[in-house]
Amino acid sequence: MTTPSPSGDVAVEAHGLSRRYGRRWALADVSFQVGRGSILMITGRNGSGKSTLLRVLATAIRPDHGQARVLGHDVAAAREEVRRCVSLLSHYSYNYEPLSALDNLAIAARFLGRAHSRESLLGLLAEVALAERADDPVSTYSAGMRKRLSLARVLLQDAPLVMLDEPYAGLDPPGFRLVDGLLRRLAQRGSTVLMATHLLEHGASLCDQGIVLEGGRLTWSGPAAALRPSDLGGSGAATP
Amino acid sequence: MAGLSTSRSRTPFVLLGLAGTLLTWGSVWGLFFAPPEFHMGDVYRILYIHVPTAWNAMLAFTACFVLAVLSLAKGDFAWDARLEATMEVGVVLSLLLCLQGSIWAKPTWGVFWDWDPRLTTTAVMVSAFAGILALRRFVDDPVKRATWSAVAAIVASADVPIVYFSVRWWNSLHQTQSSPETVSVLFHWPLRINAIGMLLLMLGLVMLKTRTVALRLRQELAPPLPQAQPARLGAAAEAGGAP
Amino acid sequence: MKWILVALRKDLLLQWRTRAHVVAILLFGATALLLFSFAVGPNSEALLQFAAGFLWLGLMLSSTLALAESFQTEMEERALEGLLLLPAPARAIYYGKAIGNWLQLTLLGVGLVPVMVVLYDAATWRLPELVGVLALGAAGLSAPGTLYAAMTAQTRARQTLLPLLLFPLVVPVLLSAVKATSLLILGDPMLQLRAWVGLLVAFDVIHWSLCGLLFERVVED
Repeated sequence: MTTPSPSGDVAVEAHGLSRRYGRRWALADVSFQVGRGSILMITGRNGSGKSTLLRVLATAIRPDHGQARVLGHDVAAAREEVRRCVSLLSHYSYNYEPLSALDNLAIAARFLGRAHSRESLLGLLAEVALAERADDPVSTYSAGMRKRLSLARVLLQDAPLVMLDEPYAGLDPPGFRLVDGLLRRLAQRGSTVLMATHLLEHGASLCDQGIVLEGGRLTWSGPAAALRPSDLGGSGAATP
Repeated sequence: MAGLSTSRSRTPFVLLGLAGTLLTWGSVWGLFFAPPEFHMGDVYRILYIHVPTAWNAMLAFTACFVLAVLSLAKGDFAWDARLEATMEVGVVLSLLLCLQGSIWAKPTWGVFWDWDPRLTTTAVMVSAFAGILALRRFVDDPVKRATWSAVAAIVASADVPIVYFSVRWWNSLHQTQSSPETVSVLFHWPLRINAIGMLLLMLGLVMLKTRTVALRLRQELAPPLPQAQPARLGAAAEAGGAP
Repeated sequence: MKWILVALRKDLLLQWRTRAHVVAILLFGATALLLFSFAVGPNSEALLQFAAGFLWLGLMLSSTLALAESFQTEMEERALEGLLLLPAPARAIYYGKAIGNWLQLTLLGVGLVPVMVVLYDAATWRLPELVGVLALGAAGLSAPGTLYAAMTAQTRARQTLLPLLLFPLVVPVLLSAVKATSLLILGDPMLQLRAWVGLLVAFDVIHWSLCGLLFERVVED
């Protein structure tokens, strides 16, 4: 066991993080650090392990090997502490399909122990342009609307560390601007953000650091602006 | 991972050989040389195998409970392998037990199945533990499989005394049946020999099965890591690569 | 305790929004009761004799549908995982869900009673006791049922596995609830009701505490 670095400026540090799904390593020996207040872009081809990395760091799944600390808390040993300071926008919407958007947010608010009212929740939904459909069951929503509702949930959680898994997927251009606005707001507040995305150029314009995963391994890391499509490896460039 | 032993030691085969010898010895003694029982004549001779089976089946299920608690507490797959092996052997022994019970019941009481609390409890336990073995086939993640089967085994074990008492109460209203418990000294030796033989048989089978399960778990738990490629670093590597 | 109420509120809201499904399950139970009477034939004496058994078999068969459904909504968009990440205490989620299922199963049982009365002519005026037995029996189905539904909802063969795991376990519930209900319907000359109710209570106490302890291990990955 290495002693964790006492410096308060590291938000996430991972050492040899690995996770297996059946007979396949979805994440293999990934190590990196992210400073507090920075915005990290995680990119890579489909199935390269981006979601798995975020899910391990958010304590949705356990790592099979390696350690990671999130804002000083170990993801395996101190799950509850990690969960208190992290919010994850997953590719699962985390909503109850038969319930309305308002009901879903109210449930989350109650479990968070937050004071809330219909008005305050409607305010949140207005921020993601869902206020008009606030009372409709989520099962009637399109994919983009579900994503917006999940964004509202992230806003509600208001955590110091935010993980976004493909936040742009399924969204229309106004939705893109919504996510961009959210990222800028989080950056201004000094929150740390980990964002998994396929949109290289768009991501690079918003993020300051970047890492690339390929087949579960970390293959590139550096400033997001320096990332080129060829760095993704795999198909296209036809590297063996 | 650490405790998943896949050694090829001969111990289980030695145990099985000893078990075979003892079971033959005890059964021949019981079948041909022990005196017939006063009330039941020769029918009672099935007890020489029935009682040892019962003792060992109960022992196997008790072991399942202990192994399940250990597996849940330690999170080591070695306990999971032992749990699956013991559960499987326990289910087989209990099935045998139900079969022998029916064979014994027919000439004695005129029916195959008489809702004796012990017999019924055994049948309920067979279906409960067979259900857990079925669950294991449908869970691909080895960690979840280990946790869930341990949880289910603990709940099922906690259920056993309640099942037993409920069946006993339920049945006592119809008829009071008592199996002959008092076996005189003359009958002791073949019973003891067979009990030890059965115990060794069970141990040998559990050890062999544990080995099979451990081999399978090893395959599942340690797939080869994907090929490592040196991480390339962007212009100023401040994001910090692999240390 | 506070979290259990928060979780229960969520589950009751979910059940209310999917009440059509609850009604469908009740209809399924009623159909099962009808089928049982065909299996016995138009023998009103035998039907009366078996009425309590049929009622509980009907409730047990319906209960697997209700229990499975209660985790369907939790799993389809991983809402349960979302709650755990908030973080919501797993034990509170379990007890909220188990209480919600218990209320629903009690309601189902109460709903099946008139069907039993009409089909089998099995009437009783000891209604408070009957509801009490139904509630205790439903509690015995709900505690292990909620735990097992949480497991099987994540597997491929959930339709088969839930009853396969649950039914052997709840044999004591079936035995004692059927006996107690029978005694209420057919009369209780030897005053055995207390003993059977006591057995139900013992089963409930053991399983409500044990399953609550184990639930967290089942849902955490």
